[in-house]
Amino acid sequence: MCLAIPGKILTTEDRNGIRTGRVQFGGITREICLDFLPEAAAGDYVVVHVGFAISRVDREEAERSYQLLESMGLLQGELESDVDNS
Amino acid sequence: MKYIDEYRDERIARELSAEIARRTTRHWVLMEICGGQTHTLMRFGIDEMLPANTEMVHGPGCPVCVTPLEMIDKAIEVALRPGVILVSYGDMLRVPGSHTDLFHVRATGGDVRIIYSPTEALKIARANPDRRVVFFAVGFETTAPANAMAIWQAKREGLKNFSMLASHVLVPPAIRALLSSPRNRVQGFIGPGHVCTVMGYREYEDLTREFHVPIVVGGFEPVDLLEAILMLVTQLEEGRAQVENQYVRSVTYEGNKLAQKILGQVFEVCDRKWRGIGGIPESGLGIRQEYEDFDADKIFALEGLTAEEPPECISAEVLQGLSKPIDCPAFATRCTPESPLGALMVSSEGACAAYYQYRRHMVAGRGGN
Ligand code: SF4
Repeated sequence: MCLAIPGKILTTEDRNGIRTGRVQFGGITREICLDFLPEAAAGDYVVVHVGFAISRVDREEAERSYQLLESMGLLQGELESDVDNS
Repeated sequence: MKYIDEYRDERIARELSAEIARRTTRHWVLMEICGGQTHTLMRFGIDEMLPANTEMVHGPGCPVCVTPLEMIDKAIEVALRPGVILVSYGDMLRVPGSHTDLFHVRATGGDVRIIYSPTEALKIARANPDRRVVFFAVGFETTAPANAMAIWQAKREGLKNFSMLASHVLVPPAIRALLSSPRNRVQGFIGPGHVCTVMGYREYEDLTREFHVPIVVGGFEPVDLLEAILMLVTQLEEGRAQVENQYVRSVTYEGNKLAQKILGQVFEVCDRKWRGIGGIPESGLGIRQEYEDFDADKIFALEGLTAEEPPECISAEVLQGLSKPIDCPAFATRCTPESPLGALMVSSEGACAAYYQYRRHMVAGRGGN
């Protein structure tokens, strides 16, 4: 559960005072809190942990880590949730 | 070496491992702190690419694994109370408590739900105003700011039916405890890349000075780990003990200031018991008094519960780098991921689970070579 995974910010918006973004992890998208990384914008790649972006990384690095996590089968488990996120 | 072939940087990996072999003149014992790093080491056979005199031991950096037994028992007790919805990260449901685990509680009618993010815990609380939602929150410094945010936001919204059973742990005090032990074997550490993404690595400089031990903050991919090992071996061979940052693409010296700020607002440093290791002073984060209305420990009067580990489990030895999972007599026999005896067998980041997945063959050869 301590993994942090890179994803791409698709859109950002303000949700009653909380800056959120829709972030894409391969085929899955999730709503992510951007409050710890206020400068992050659409198109940026960010490292995400339990729904919070914690750092920005460049695109190539992000895609490489992403492929690796996917090949390890760790991605699905990391995004597991009983809450409907669609 | 089977798995490394799948990785596209195979050539770099081989060059790095050859360089490590060239530079190593003595036996060095290195520990990776983070469970995610343990998983990568095993999955890609990094340990098998190293020269025989570079030994990797596996650290306590899996929050699921070090959450003390009595916390699991507390979570189970709360989940059984009427009107409660207990929410937590997926792996926590399988961790064995003294008598049962949260999955069994759920299977027998308890409302236990898996969340991916603390924000989902709040969502559930808002949607169920007549129920009490308790977030069983574990994690290291990487996770604690996100968990803190849930409490901060609940207070701001005036959410009355939300509380947290908090069991956060801190990495530097655990390293200090390991190094202070008279039985310590570890001579260099791969630092936790994501913890340092949040916290920076200033605190680690004190450790290198105090114990004259090198620490290299490392990432999570095979090449990251090999590079971190090379940097550690180089320091050791040259007699240096410094903090170096291999994971520069995510970690800065100062870390993420905003995450640190919310963490400090909601939580304060406290003593904490680690599963398998025991009590470590000032090694955890507890909820500050200003937020005690959200402290499940107080609301449900859970303080004072204690529990004993199954005697067969040698996780204490494993977590301190004194034994390997395959040394445990229960490994892969009475203790498996389907039916774990100890917490190290639960999360894929736990050392025993990683060995079960990738090193089970070693058991057959145990004692034979
Ligand atoms: S194999 Fe199981 S019983 Fe043995 S140390 Fe690991 S978790 Fe404990």
